[in-house]
Amino acid sequence: MTAFRQSVEAMIPALRRYARALARDADIADDLVQDTLVRALRSEKLFLGGDVRSWLYTILTNLNKNRRRSLARRPQFMPLLDNNPDASGTEAEGRDITRALSTLVEEQRAVLLLVMLEGLSYREVADIQGVPIGTVMSRLARARAHIKASLEGQRTALRRVK
Amino acid sequence: MTDPKIPVTEDELHAYVDNELPAERRGDVEAWLSAHPDDAARVQAWRTMAEALHARYDSVLDEAVPKRLEIERLVRQPRQWIYGAAAAALIAFIAGGGVGWVAHGAAATPTVFQRLTLEALDAHRLYIVEVRHPVEVPGSERAHLQQWLTRRCGWTVHAPELDATGLKLVGGRLLPGPTGPASFLMYESASGERFTLYTSRAKTETAQMRYTAAENSGAMYWSEAGVGYVLSGPVDKTRLNQVARLVYDQTEKTGG
Repeated sequence: MTAFRQSVEAMIPALRRYARALARDADIADDLVQDTLVRALRSEKLFLGGDVRSWLYTILTNLNKNRRRSLARRPQFMPLLDNNPDASGTEAEGRDITRALSTLVEEQRAVLLLVMLEGLSYREVADIQGVPIGTVMSRLARARAHIKASLEGQRTALRRVK
Repeated sequence: MTDPKIPVTEDELHAYVDNELPAERRGDVEAWLSAHPDDAARVQAWRTMAEALHARYDSVLDEAVPKRLEIERLVRQPRQWIYGAAAAALIAFIAGGGVGWVAHGAAATPTVFQRLTLEALDAHRLYIVEVRHPVEVPGSERAHLQQWLTRRCGWTVHAPELDATGLKLVGGRLLPGPTGPASFLMYESASGERFTLYTSRAKTETAQMRYTAAENSGAMYWSEAGVGYVLSGPVDKTRLNQVARLVYDQTEKTGG
């Protein structure tokens, strides 16, 4: 296997994590990863020693944007919220953060996940989204404020029910 | 605790949490946070948020990769393109191009030279945040530092003059490298920006300068006369290149 293919392969787990959080559906997420890998492998010859990691995140982010654009005209299927009271604390927390993520606009969700989950630098995210660093920082600030408010709102709602 | 001279901005709070803040400003932000409980609570909430994200999604990393994502399989029979975004890869290539890639732990079996670069970046990240003990021998004892490192490493260790790029020698230390001893020199600008120069024995006699970046640090690495050089600093490639050229010019003149 070529060094290029090895470095693509080493990125698969991280790409799957990013896609899962981005699409919030395991099958759609793996479809995204698969299409990302296919495109990357087809372009192997075009690749002249850049940053494989940033490049793969860029392809995946763009594919997801296109996917959402094509979905925009179809009816939306929202998953029914599971309110199983027996769920453990961690599971409930996981649902909360997933629900909070779903309320973010696309670009903000991508910035938040690339920085907080995937550990990319502001510079790398700016390159991935093709925007200035200032835009990345304002998207990140808005996303964090939104998630924080969303999580606090969920908690308040929960307390009221109890 | 006293307030820092310049008030801390919202952007700086984010940069602080994401380790994007210049090292010399971290202390100010920490002082600010202990005096402003509201901001401290916000920073704490962001950290909790990051933990929740990792708690929810890190398990994906441990899942077995599905068969349909295996590289060998994809190379043999590429899946039909569904999304019709044929240009995505090309756009991505242009956007992400021109950056080195060895340092991401991506290559399964890194070469000696790649390992050297990774060690240098690790050392860089470990020591640039040090306020009180960044080096073993201070830059004021330049001659002694050079003599000592040369004797211990076995090649001529010369601390280049980088004043032309606004950098002063902080000092240096001896480190264990992948192939034996390594020398480690630290430089600092008036604004607290830190660069480090790591050298170690490299198998490659000469190798041209390349760039790589990982976790908020960038590095230019090359080899000359059997010695590998790694200059690490901020990810700003232009700035790194400027400093690296200055180092390179001086090592050539002194023969290594």
